[in-house]
Amino acid sequence: MTEETTVPLKIVVLVKHVPDVQFDRHIDSASLRLDRSESVLSELDEYAVEAAVSLVESQGGFATGHEVIAATMGGKSASNSVKKALQMGASSGFHLNDDALAGSDTVATSKALAALIEHVGDVDLVVTGMSSTDAETSVVPAQLAERLNFAQLTHALAVEFDGASRELTIRRDHADQTLSLTAALPAVLSVTDQANEPRYPNFKAIMAAKKKSITEVDLAGIGLDAEAVGASGSRSVVLDATARPAREAGTVINDSGQAGIALVDFLAEQKLI
Amino acid sequence: MPSALVFFNELSDAPSKAQRELLTLASRFDRATLAVASEVPQSAQDVVSGYGVDKLLVAPGNDDVFIDHALSALAAAVKQSEVDVVLVANDNFNREIAARLAVRLDGAVITDAIDVSADLVVTKDELAGSYSAQAKATHGTLFVTVKPNSIEDAPQAQAQGQQLEVQPLDYEAAATPAIRIVATEAKAVSDRPKLTEARVVVAGGRGVNGDFGPVEDLADALAGAVGASRAATDAGWISHDAQIGQTGVTVSPQLFISAGISGAIQQKAGMQTSKCIVAINKDVDAPVFEIADFGIVGDLAKVLPQAAEEIRRRQA
Repeated sequence: MTEETTVPLKIVVLVKHVPDVQFDRHIDSASLRLDRSESVLSELDEYAVEAAVSLVESQGGFATGHEVIAATMGGKSASNSVKKALQMGASSGFHLNDDALAGSDTVATSKALAALIEHVGDVDLVVTGMSSTDAETSVVPAQLAERLNFAQLTHALAVEFDGASRELTIRRDHADQTLSLTAALPAVLSVTDQANEPRYPNFKAIMAAKKKSITEVDLAGIGLDAEAVGASGSRSVVLDATARPAREAGTVINDSGQAGIALVDFLAEQKLI
Repeated sequence: MPSALVFFNELSDAPSKAQRELLTLASRFDRATLAVASEVPQSAQDVVSGYGVDKLLVAPGNDDVFIDHALSALAAAVKQSEVDVVLVANDNFNREIAARLAVRLDGAVITDAIDVSADLVVTKDELAGSYSAQAKATHGTLFVTVKPNSIEDAPQAQAQGQQLEVQPLDYEAAATPAIRIVATEAKAVSDRPKLTEARVVVAGGRGVNGDFGPVEDLADALAGAVGASRAATDAGWISHDAQIGQTGVTVSPQLFISAGISGAIQQKAGMQTSKCIVAINKDVDAPVFEIADFGIVGDLAKVLPQAAEEIRRRQA
């Protein structure tokens, strides 16, 4: 991080409200959609918020006019993920809330999010986590780069921003190499859980977040038809989803000095050696 | 019967196991084309023709710019070959290529597939393998990213010696924002199989207490790969590349041996579709025993070396 940029940065960080991975998660057998009742901010999105906020701090801080807008799409409770991002330091929030969004695949989701980012306007940088912890496709950031014609800097292990040239450099694993990739803004940046250590909001930050605004918009408000998203805007459909039978516990033995041999006997029985 | 296109960003002298699995899947369709975004050596062409691929589209490109060349090459190959389904690997790079082109060409993308049927219904894992789902495209070309170890590699006997038509691919250079590759660092080369492709994985967690020696030794006795829990990689005991679980890689080997890993939900997410699971842990209450086909309550520092020695003795 050499020189600071003289032009304020407008950063959108995308956050998602997902079922808590600490508990068993379920797909509804009728709608084939995920049960979202016990949801939290996707753990991997905390790294995205941290990346956005620390980038601003490295460039003179929020007082110099930089913005970090936490944005999400989904039903009413989805705004909880935006609130958490505001506590971590984002300056304001955006919530695309529309019933027609339900059932969107990645093609429709990226369409809605791209329209939301264009609605926010003059965005220099979009930051996301490496993947949601529910659908786990990890491809929406790349699709956003495609739709917005932004540089795709995804799966970052480390991030550096040069304020003078307004270029981002990331490190990313690719095949048997680690690459250093550089591109000018505007860009879509997705960060891995290696990129930083997300901060824990203190009491002061939690209180300050209550004063920050969250703008709610619907599809019409960002210029999209209901048919553009949801099932009709998707290009794939889930036909069926069934829980795999739970694995059953097999034999458990206590090692009395010969367990290594017993292990090899088991592998031989199973024709694994 | 639909036609299939397989895409590789690179193809070395010897196609990898995951690449051979994709070629096997493609050979089940009416017509199988392969597009490669780099030069293809003759030895690799010979292997490819053994899978019944009748056409190879080759597009060597620019090494200094990230992702653009692969996107343009595959976009051109899809348009030129007019296929119904495009099959690519399930790693991040290929997933992103597939997802971007689904947007660019107004098609569909389905990730984490374990099979694609003749009528283009995709079987895939959901919620880290705790659900199995079926999905299909509703519009346009279907891009599928296929998990390694899902398809049994099987070259076709009758295809051996079949003529492979090799064509240079005509494509337009991309107009997307340039991402410059400013430095490359080779990763440490290992003689062990790739973690996501290995038939056998031996993984260590907090219980190895800093010493991966016994885990590596048993992996080598079984010609397997070495994995680790996040606790072990965060502690710096082993490279982050070895991490299995929610934020690492997902594995689905024939045999998964878990040593000193408790088996919390995030850890199970990365390995619960393994065919056979063996667990070694000091704690009789470790949740990993609930999903293990064979469990040993004991000290991994004693059990693993004894097992490795016994395997080598029997194989001698």
